[in-house]
Amino acid sequence: MQSVHIVSAYDEELKYLSKRIAAMGGHAERMVEQAVAALVNVDHGLAQKVIQDDLVLDEGQREIDDKAIIIIARRQPMATDLREIVGAIRISADIERVGDLGKNVAKRVASVDGRQPNSLFRGIEALANLALTQLKEVLDVYASRSVERIGLVRDRDDQIDAMYTSLFRELLTYMMEDPRNITPCTHLLFCAKNIERIGDHATNIAETIYYIVTGEQMPADRPKGDKTDKIVLPGTVPAK
Amino acid sequence: MTETGAGRDNKGQAWAARLSRNRWLLGASVLAVLAVYFFAGVSVYVLVLALAALAAAAMLPTDAGRQPADAGAAIEASGLQRLSGEYLAAAVADPLIIFDHSATIVHANAAAFAAFGGLAPGMSLSLKFRAPEMQALLDGILSGQVAADAVDYTEKLPVERTYRVSASTVGHATGLYVLVFKDQSETRRIDRMRADFIANASHELRTPLASIAGFIETLRGPARNDAAARDQFLQIMQNQTGRMARLIDDLLSLSRWEMKPYLGPGTEVDLRQTIDSVIDSLGPLAGENGVIIEREFANGPLVVPGDRDELFQVFENLLENACKYGQSGGRVTVSIAGSEDGQQPGFDVTIRDYGPGIAEEHIPRITERFYRVDVESSRTQKGTGLGLSIVKHILTRHNARLSIKSEVGKGAAFTVHLPAR
Ligand SMILES: Nc1ncnc2c1ncn2[C@@H]1O[C@H](COP(=O)(O)OP(=O)(O)O)[C@@H](O)[C@H]1O
Ligand SMILES: [Mg+2]
Repeated sequence: MQSVHIVSAYDEELKYLSKRIAAMGGHAERMVEQAVAALVNVDHGLAQKVIQDDLVLDEGQREIDDKAIIIIARRQPMATDLREIVGAIRISADIERVGDLGKNVAKRVASVDGRQPNSLFRGIEALANLALTQLKEVLDVYASRSVERIGLVRDRDDQIDAMYTSLFRELLTYMMEDPRNITPCTHLLFCAKNIERIGDHATNIAETIYYIVTGEQMPADRPKGDKTDKIVLPGTVPAK
Repeated sequence: MTETGAGRDNKGQAWAARLSRNRWLLGASVLAVLAVYFFAGVSVYVLVLALAALAAAAMLPTDAGRQPADAGAAIEASGLQRLSGEYLAAAVADPLIIFDHSATIVHANAAAFAAFGGLAPGMSLSLKFRAPEMQALLDGILSGQVAADAVDYTEKLPVERTYRVSASTVGHATGLYVLVFKDQSETRRIDRMRADFIANASHELRTPLASIAGFIETLRGPARNDAAARDQFLQIMQNQTGRMARLIDDLLSLSRWEMKPYLGPGTEVDLRQTIDSVIDSLGPLAGENGVIIEREFANGPLVVPGDRDELFQVFENLLENACKYGQSGGRVTVSIAGSEDGQQPGFDVTIRDYGPGIAEEHIPRITERFYRVDVESSRTQKGTGLGLSIVKHILTRHNARLSIKSEVGKGAAFTVHLPAR
């Protein structure tokens, strides 16, 4: 039997894991926010900072992996605790990916000169706001464990897809108007795609939290995906 | 630390200013009192006396009043009893959270609940406030490195707000700590408004200004003696200045809604009455456009928490759009219905027109600033492209959602989901 003392040290270890997850999450939220700000304001200094900051998340993920494995080996956790620990490993991997996506956006700042129409930048900002709201809501659910709020997170997913599809169309229009737009708009397109992917990782995290709390897989609801594969602009021939 | 504006020279105002300058001290001391309430047993009179003494101390000139540790110790020594700690925390207007050595929330006042969704006693603060600077603040105070510290903290979503957050230990060895959030969004607003104005308005105002300048030149040159042309040009110039004025109004009101702090708790809005008066105020516009407005209101009380002026503007903007852009449909229906949809019971207000509708690809974008499906038709309708961004900001502040459904050629329906309390 474990003594009371050991049990509470064990609790401390579990708490430490979730605290590190939250700190990583906060860091990733900040990185994405700043990457988008750097893109919209063409701020190369800020972009560099974001690229540097990514190291913190790589380090965070390694630490959580190590700690989690040590806990599993030493404590041989059962049921709830085991889900908590495995969940931490999964969530930190998703957060680390979010950081990578933020970094990718920051890297593209160098290739965009800010002369593209304002509406594109506003669109990217709006897309990023949706993705960041989703990430924030998910990490808030991690704090509160109120999984009944996860439904709202899914609604956001649809909004993000719709927004991405619309931006995609607008970017295509500019590229067709003037070939000189093709290079910068392609970079913006990748930025938009990266931001949209952040939403996917937020959804993954939501699913993991649902599993941690309930012990069940989140019920699947509908087929995912944007509609950009179907977009055809007037005057072009649909690809077969 | 606080906004002691110019011209506060009369006595009462000076006191008020001093009080507000000393509010941190006051807050800290009130908390010390609170801690005593938690951890010792004392009578209510002593508490009242102690609070009176605190208020008096706060009125003293700042230097004399700056003795937080002493004041705290004195009160603790006299001891208190049976005071509701919650009342005290509630008396502090700023969001305030008391937590323990493991950063677990012990108590949060109403202002904190209103400001930060999803707080609950027992929740970990370091899980909720994840921003790097907040993590550093909590780590510093909990590790005992410092007894008090403060950082600037900005929350971008759902509504941008900036706080000066101070953390400190409560009393002596109580094992409790406190965070107090002072909202600085108002102070930041001026900066932000300037930046916004440069970013948005300079671009949007340039076109009407250029056209006015062009007409002035024509009026002084080629059209100098052409009375008919002069009238026509003056009319165009008047339209342009009208447009600029509307743009400035809309930008200012957008900045205002964007930067206003969270909604105060407690106010309620009667949807039936509010929407009736929106319909009345838009009667003339509807008449001019040949649009009939139909109502379909559910029975019973239709009341939601919120700010009446703000919601009035929401429905006004939506109904105005319906009358303008949906003009060809000849009628607009406004309905209020209870919604049990999913996790948020409340009311759905739907404004539906039967005009040309909005193509699918524009729907996700039309709440962005200056986004217009068709720039020309927005201009002829005296639009600024800001109406729906204002709607969206106000709804975010109300924790409400906007959903837009439309089929091209059949009209558009804008539904506002307002959560009941
Ligand atoms: N009921 C509607 N039917 C069709 N289009 C609409 C409707 N409401 C809004 N829109 C489109 O959305 C755009 C943005 O609306 P809004 O933000 O109110 O700006 P404004 O009316 O000043 O142009 C409008 O320019 C119009 O193209
Ligand atoms: Mg409008």
